[in-house]
Amino acid sequence: MKDKKTPLGGNVSWKETTPGGIIYDAGNATRYKTGEWRSMKPVWNKDKCKQCMLCFPVCPDSSILVEDGKMTGIDYDHCKGCGVCVEACPFNVFDFVKEE
Amino acid sequence: MAIRERLSGNEAVATAMKQINPDVVAAFPITPSTEVPQYFSQFVANGSVDTEFVAVESEHSAMSACVGASAAGARVMTATSANGLALMWEILYIAASSRLPIVMPVINRALSAPINIHNDHSDSMGARDSGWIQLYSEDNQEAYDNIIQAIRIAEHKDVQLPVMVCMDGFIVSHAVENIELLETEKVKEFVGERELEDYLLNAERPVSMGPLDLPPHYFEHKRQQAEAMKNAKKVILEIAEEYEKLTGRKYGLFEEYKMEDAEVAIVVLNSTAGTAKEVVDELRENGVKAGLIKLRVFRPFPVDELKEALKDLKAVAVMDKADSFSAAGGPVFTEIRAALYDVEDRPEIVSYIYGLGGRDVRVDDIKKVYDDLKEIVETGKVESVYNYLGVKE
Ligand code: SF4
Ligand code: SF4
Repeated sequence: MKDKKTPLGGNVSWKETTPGGIIYDAGNATRYKTGEWRSMKPVWNKDKCKQCMLCFPVCPDSSILVEDGKMTGIDYDHCKGCGVCVEACPFNVFDFVKEE
Repeated sequence: MAIRERLSGNEAVATAMKQINPDVVAAFPITPSTEVPQYFSQFVANGSVDTEFVAVESEHSAMSACVGASAAGARVMTATSANGLALMWEILYIAASSRLPIVMPVINRALSAPINIHNDHSDSMGARDSGWIQLYSEDNQEAYDNIIQAIRIAEHKDVQLPVMVCMDGFIVSHAVENIELLETEKVKEFVGERELEDYLLNAERPVSMGPLDLPPHYFEHKRQQAEAMKNAKKVILEIAEEYEKLTGRKYGLFEEYKMEDAEVAIVVLNSTAGTAKEVVDELRENGVKAGLIKLRVFRPFPVDELKEALKDLKAVAVMDKADSFSAAGGPVFTEIRAALYDVEDRPEIVSYIYGLGGRDVRVDDIKKVYDDLKEIVETGKVESVYNYLGVKE
């Protein structure tokens, strides 16, 4: 009973959702995938990347993933597809494509 | 053994509330419902209930306090009329959409302006799309019975919606009539305890209520709310059946009076049904096949059941004690007319707005409506669809 979870995400039907939007679990915002809003999507071409780290600080959604000081990819659960990283990259590493 | 009493409508409602003994009552006085919280606060003061009575500074606050208490897990009641209900407006929607089973007697009174304290249905009719279940009551007995059943309907797990129990201001609220009350133990047994699983003070599983709900989920919550309203129809009937076993008094979605072979009928709410039954009896004595439908449940709207009940008539008049100012008939009329759309050989149907601001409706007024219906049947022609009954021309 204690671990009942609030169903979240793009495919939750009216039959599964909670009455009046009751929220069962604290801190559930971490499960809310705001990347669902995206209509354009940056694609990182790893081989071209020079690891200059200019994309990381400009992303407004902290969606450039970095490990041990290196860019490792994009967090698509939260990336909004704003394209700022695409513009900022001096080496044209990103493709900017339509979200399917 | 049932208890025989003589009570006004307001006393009957307050007595039902006393017997239910809710956890919280938050209310603000307004004519003609003032006596309900007044009597109830006396019950609180003399210890005959152990309710937390919240004396608030407005009806907006009354309904807000009800929302808070109901979300916390309490069984909650209040009462209001007219402008008081109007001041609750914002919170009415929040109560319904948050799925809070609050029960509220609405002692029907005309909305301002001009200021008028007398009866019509403009207050509750305005709230018809707020997501509350609406039960209407012809007299003090029905108001009492509806209140007790409303607790069970509101708190049913397939419903979880607030309920308004409407009755006519002054005509019923201040008229003393005979009434049969249940013993308090029987009421307590019938209403039981509130058993819904989720509430704010549930230490087993703390929850949050009333969150921000953006486009990915809001629509689904509304769809679920609509389903609860649909479920309410079945639940209302089940609870009525159980209540009949206890009291012998039968309730449905509406009452059909002499409808079996009727050719003409009127549809009406609340106390006017009493006057209209008198007219039906008289017409029947004169060989006129007249009938009457008294709507008890307006929300959820019994669309299929009404269609079935009205389809074989030749002409129907719907009497609205409120004008929707749509310039196309009263609110009950438009919905009943829509309900008949699918009937192949459907009856003629006309609207009568009447009794606004407490204008009396007498036997002769209602006779006129049946006369008009007879004329429609005889001539096959509808001279006027939208009518005002009893207004000075
Ligand atoms: S597109 Fe915008 S949100 Fe997505 S990673 Fe690039 S900067 Fe961040
Ligand atoms: S800005 Fe371009 S090159 Fe620099 S780390 Fe980001 S993707 Fe790589």
